[in-house]
Amino acid sequence: MRNADLLQYAARVVRGGVVRTALVLLAMGIGVAAVVLVSALGEGARRYVAEQFGALGTNLVIVLPGRSETAGAGPAIASGETTRDITLDDALALSRSLAVRRLAPLIVGLGAVRAAEGADARVREGPVLGSTSDFLAVRNMTLSQGVFLPDGDPHHAAQVCVIGGTIAAELFGTQPPLGRWLRIGDRRFRVIGVLAKQGTSLGLDTDELVIVPIAAAQALFNTEGLFRVLVEAKQRDQVPQAKADAEAIMQQRHEGERDVTVITQDAVLATFDRILGTLTLAIGGLAAISLAVAGILVMNVMLISVAQRRSEIGLLKALGATAAEIRRIFFSEAVLLALGGAAAGVAVGLLGQQVLVAAFPNIPFASPWWALVAAPLTAVVTAVVFTVMPARRAAKLDPVQALSRR
Amino acid sequence: MQSPSTPLIQLTAITRHFTVGDETVSALRGLDLSIAQGEYIAIMGPSGSGKSTLLNVLGLLDRPDSGHYLLDGRDVTGLDDDALARARREKIGFVFQSFHLVPRLSARENIELPMVLAGIDPAERAERVELLLRDYGLTQRADHRPNQLSGGQCQRVAIARAMAMRPSLILADEPTGNLDRHTGQDVIALLEGLQAAGATLIIVTHDPELGGRAQRQLHMVDGEIVPEAA
Repeated sequence: MRNADLLQYAARVVRGGVVRTALVLLAMGIGVAAVVLVSALGEGARRYVAEQFGALGTNLVIVLPGRSETAGAGPAIASGETTRDITLDDALALSRSLAVRRLAPLIVGLGAVRAAEGADARVREGPVLGSTSDFLAVRNMTLSQGVFLPDGDPHHAAQVCVIGGTIAAELFGTQPPLGRWLRIGDRRFRVIGVLAKQGTSLGLDTDELVIVPIAAAQALFNTEGLFRVLVEAKQRDQVPQAKADAEAIMQQRHEGERDVTVITQDAVLATFDRILGTLTLAIGGLAAISLAVAGILVMNVMLISVAQRRSEIGLLKALGATAAEIRRIFFSEAVLLALGGAAAGVAVGLLGQQVLVAAFPNIPFASPWWALVAAPLTAVVTAVVFTVMPARRAAKLDPVQALSRR
Repeated sequence: MQSPSTPLIQLTAITRHFTVGDETVSALRGLDLSIAQGEYIAIMGPSGSGKSTLLNVLGLLDRPDSGHYLLDGRDVTGLDDDALARARREKIGFVFQSFHLVPRLSARENIELPMVLAGIDPAERAERVELLLRDYGLTQRADHRPNQLSGGQCQRVAIARAMAMRPSLILADEPTGNLDRHTGQDVIALLEGLQAAGATLIIVTHDPELGGRAQRQLHMVDGEIVPEAA
């Protein structure tokens, strides 16, 4: 039997039994759609985290106060008590390492920001960030107007600030923000730059950010200790060296006490990547169980088909069909049904993904390629495996008995 | 083709038993039979006499328990299932009492089926099907399904299908059993026409009038061929 004829023959059967075809398509479709959708959720979460970390900068080493034995999530929170602050001088000392290209000390706090002049001075509670001129480069940020914090002694608290686009619009409306003064707490700052729009990064919306010199932030929030230090290694392969140097320098400056945590962007990212990747695989696998259930339905439908078509099978044998050809006829049917179900499932899954993307535009939902391959493949393999028994039963039918049944 | 001296069918000491419950029933008891190419044979006898079993053995649908069967000079007794299937495909055309048409296929597709199974090129298939449809007066009905055809038309489709692979042996099991008398006569005329054209025709029937038309009658009783008027 030629393959084209085989397919056509199977297609006639599939089209003939509308109800049973619809049932199998539905079961297979739900299974495939579930795998596609669920893996899109997992992959979306993974990419979201990756993007957040990626937006942080490149080749970053992050120094935090406090010692944590576990790599990964929130060491400052995990350690409970803060041992010793990282001071601005500690941070600046890190530049001694040959592996370090630049660094940016960081203080983060909430401040009441308002325009310094004008009657309708609107107050805005928002994140205020203290850093140095290198912060822009370390974080891969860009400006839409003006200049960033000036170079020079970081201990000097210049009365300037750089603000996000949303803040600029809310404080100054349509008027140009550059050169205007704003007030944070009891201190005044002149706006010298506006950040370009770049979305959120690790929960901080840069459009709503106010960036002031680090010394000003220390005064503003009345703290010596830094929130963290962002260190950028010269090259990707120098990240481990930068990490080791940072640890050594901090230990030396803290009288031999290892009381800071140094994490690399890559390590954190790799951890999240691994966890979320495994999670996606696991929930995808769970969804694939529904495909196994669909496979049992396929077996059922095929067994009924064999029973109903006994005389047809007997006839095919009388007309000279070999056992292998009979099996191929049933396998073709199963594969056609599975392919149809898989196509429908992928379509529904991708449609659902579009709905998710529309509902949560921040999270990049996308089925990973392996799910789009594995789900239909699993459907077809399941269908074939569960058709082995019915197909063999059909091929083994005794033609005399099959034909004599009326 | 075999030489005129070689019979198309040569059965030697064919036996076939069935076990029904704890009882063994002998459907064929050491049958010897020789049928020449182009013969017209009627196998007759009461039900349970073994005539259907003989037809199944002749049609390679059933294997004898012992004995030898030479088809076209070739011993087919020891062949495996696939070889038997190929032999059926190439040499034997079946006509059944209940037609056995595939209900979802049109008349044309039913006739085409043996050629599809044999893997014959679609263009050649189409040509041969058109020819068969014309020969059997089915051109107007080519795209009808079996449930849209009369019994006589169904049996004509079945005969056209049996002839699609141009077999040398036609086995008809009560071909008129489900037809009225008039239609039955048409069908028999059709089959006899094929025999006149050179095919070997073997009909199983319990209708004496129909059996009487054959050149040779094989009367079966209890698994044996008995002389006439038994």
